[in-house]
Amino acid sequence: MRTPWLERVWTGLLWGLMTLFVVNIGLMIASVATNSFARRWLGTWLPEGYTTNWYTAAWREFQLGDVLWVTIEVVFAVVFLALLVGVPAAYTLARRNFVGKRLLMLLFLLPLMVPPITYGIPMATVLYKVQLAGTIWGVILANLIPAAPFVILVMTPFIEQIDPNLESAARVFGANTGRMFLHILVPLLAPGILAASLLVLVRTIALFELTFLTAGSDSQTLVVALYYAVFAAGVRAPQSVDAMAMVYMAVTLVWLLIALRFVNPTQLVSRVKEHPQGAM
Amino acid sequence: MLLLFIYPFIYGLALSFTPPKGDWLANYRTFFTSDHLWPTIWTTLKLALPATIVNVGVALPIAYKMRIKSSYQRWITTILVVPITLGTVLIAEGMLTYFGPKGWLAQFLQYFHFYDGSIRLTHNYWGVLISLVISGFPFAFLLILSYITGIDPVLARAASTLGADPFAQFRHIYLPLLAPGLAMCFCLAFVQAFSVFPSAVLLGAPAGPTRVISIAAYEAAFEQYDYSLASAIAMIMGFVQLLIVAAVLGLRGFFYRGPVSGGKG
Amino acid sequence: MKHDFSELRLDRVTRRFAGAGGHAFAALSELTITIRRGEFVALLGPSGCGKSTALNCIAGLLPLSGGTIQLDELRIDTLPPEKRGFGMVFQNYALFPHMTVRRNIAFGLRMQGVPGSQIASRVKHALKLVQLTGQEHKLPGQLSGGQQQRVAIARAIVIEPPLVLMDEPLSNLDAKLRIETRAEIRRIHRELGRATIYVTHDQDEALSLADRIVVMKDGVVQQIATPHEVYAQPANLHVANFMGYRNVVELDIVREEGTRVELSGPDMRLVGTRKQMGPGTRAVVAMRPEEITLGEGPDGRNTIVARVDNVEYAGRDSLVDVITSSGTRLHVRATSSPALGDEVRVHVSPERVLVYPVA
Repeated sequence: MRTPWLERVWTGLLWGLMTLFVVNIGLMIASVATNSFARRWLGTWLPEGYTTNWYTAAWREFQLGDVLWVTIEVVFAVVFLALLVGVPAAYTLARRNFVGKRLLMLLFLLPLMVPPITYGIPMATVLYKVQLAGTIWGVILANLIPAAPFVILVMTPFIEQIDPNLESAARVFGANTGRMFLHILVPLLAPGILAASLLVLVRTIALFELTFLTAGSDSQTLVVALYYAVFAAGVRAPQSVDAMAMVYMAVTLVWLLIALRFVNPTQLVSRVKEHPQGAM
Repeated sequence: MLLLFIYPFIYGLALSFTPPKGDWLANYRTFFTSDHLWPTIWTTLKLALPATIVNVGVALPIAYKMRIKSSYQRWITTILVVPITLGTVLIAEGMLTYFGPKGWLAQFLQYFHFYDGSIRLTHNYWGVLISLVISGFPFAFLLILSYITGIDPVLARAASTLGADPFAQFRHIYLPLLAPGLAMCFCLAFVQAFSVFPSAVLLGAPAGPTRVISIAAYEAAFEQYDYSLASAIAMIMGFVQLLIVAAVLGLRGFFYRGPVSGGKG
Repeated sequence: MKHDFSELRLDRVTRRFAGAGGHAFAALSELTITIRRGEFVALLGPSGCGKSTALNCIAGLLPLSGGTIQLDELRIDTLPPEKRGFGMVFQNYALFPHMTVRRNIAFGLRMQGVPGSQIASRVKHALKLVQLTGQEHKLPGQLSGGQQQRVAIARAIVIEPPLVLMDEPLSNLDAKLRIETRAEIRRIHRELGRATIYVTHDQDEALSLADRIVVMKDGVVQQIATPHEVYAQPANLHVANFMGYRNVVELDIVREEGTRVELSGPDMRLVGTRKQMGPGTRAVVAMRPEEITLGEGPDGRNTIVARVDNVEYAGRDSLVDVITSSGTRLHVRATSSPALGDEVRVHVSPERVLVYPVA
């Protein structure tokens, strides 16, 4: 039998741990932010002076304009293609029963369970062989692999909650599959499609490994550029790298905030809950 | 689409058995006999296992504490999703600034004389471990929270009317119902930690104590251009992951699996 | 934990929740009742009336905002649920899905630290009581709804609680099973003689099971009385409405003599019985369809002339709707079926015309 005293200590401990974690993350981000504006910052609490020069320097040095443009191209292409493939596939998987459906589900889930670096290396090898590696198309193709199954996972519950009678009704009134999809399903699925595209968007911006393995010098996205900047930290001023990190963070957080207006935070990680039968 | 995922895998598998010189097992022989290749498995496990255990072990009680829906549950989940989305590269850069020898943390500890020696939390084992916790803990927490909130709280209330104190409610009701979810969470968290790459390079000592298996694979592919060996390493990596996942999910077979509500809705 | 008691006293038990705009609203206000040993009390009311809140307060699942609960001399409202030792049956059964029937039933005994050999015999006894012998190794998911409900009952009573709490235990069963399980609950109560508090929104259930009924609305007790009294003599218009007094007509008071009231309207004159005092020269009468009969009353008193508007055949009798010349609609249960449009006379005895103040 536990005393209330013990209970309180336990609660306090847990809250303390949580606070420690969140505060440290917060300070970590704050120190990057501070450093990116610092004139000189060596072993003191706060830098000696502030400047925005590092941002212009970073923009110039890392060709952020090009990198951002590539990032936008890649991300939107991935979102578009993932929806194009994922929504009909999710529909088929949710509505029709066929031999090997469970196997297919499992195969779709694999890219989400297996970490990108594990399948990224053989994939990069293939892309090099067909001479797509290093091009923007290789990067898009690589990012599509985890994105499309993710769309399927997010969409399946949305599709399942639509009454099949509605589709039958549309057919009774003479709509063919294509028109039924366009006039009945797409409007009904709009919230799901929105959620899926935002989730894919946020994840693709942050997805490092696949792009890293397949990108060439002119098909780098922001994360990869950031990685190279940090990797070669000795060459550039750390403030300049931090300025770039801030740019990256701003891009991600803006989309994250938009995404969080429409989706539950747990949806960004919990790929399992949405479809327990498939994942088990 | 499927082809895009399956074909490289098969191709990689085939490629790993067709080394440029030697017989079909040459790559695997190289991996297991070379001193700078096979220890990477242990290096990786030494990082991934503690990180996963800490993440899941700490996330479980905290998620349990926060299982009741409230406004701060929403806040905490929102805050915790930030480090996940920012990704490991940014976390690495942040840690270099914050945990570095001249960073705020070191200054703070020395200022209050908690610890006076020199503090090294970057470019070594601890740096990578911390980064794995930073990115892995929120992941484990959110996943476990979504499992816990899926358990009907009426069950715990029923247990309490039958004389179960909060600890007994956790032990007899929540824990058994959570076990499959926990196993799943452990697997996913482990697989993620096992494939650690950017933070091992940026925050660790990629030549020594944090030379993880993914670094070995990367070097083989992009520095020695030996795609065949790289594929072999990737296959070994996938195999080890699969082994751990199979072991954990095998354990899960002993637990109850099924609906987690207490009757008809 | 006590295994028996002579009185459970609820004194002004109140529970407030934070409502819209930060206003606290009382889901339950000042419930005062004394429940005696072995008594079967039903809390009856529409959903949201506070009856489940009351039950959760007694179980300890919700803290009180005011008032006290005493078990004889022991004050229990400050104890957590696990220290009260009451057995509770939940609406959705709340069976532990990962435990077999046997382990579900044994759970409470294990928590109390009862030795294993005793657990086995007591579980066996409980299984026999709810007629589930032979099902003990199944998981709840493999049982039918009715069986699950009986496991839930066995789980609550096996710990020999001084008080059994039931929260709409039959609401998830289909009609036939509901009547069967109702009889079962009655039988178990008779055999064990445990005091029981039973929450329901179904007046038939409350009437058939309870020794006393507490009728509630908006968190406030409307009437505490025996089933017969609640049925025949509702304390106010709300209770009357809830107990099936479907004919409600507002009339002018002509004369009042003790509880006897004479009332009149544009097309009817009625003598009724006052149930609740109130101000004003107008009053509301409430009448049950079953108690209005076709035909003229003795000496033509309490007779209303109306036209038949609708007839619904209901097997043993018919539900007849009649409309008076000024448009008042009355529901009547009749053994004969008059034709649509016929002019008929209906009458009702003065004792069965219940008079309440205008709401």
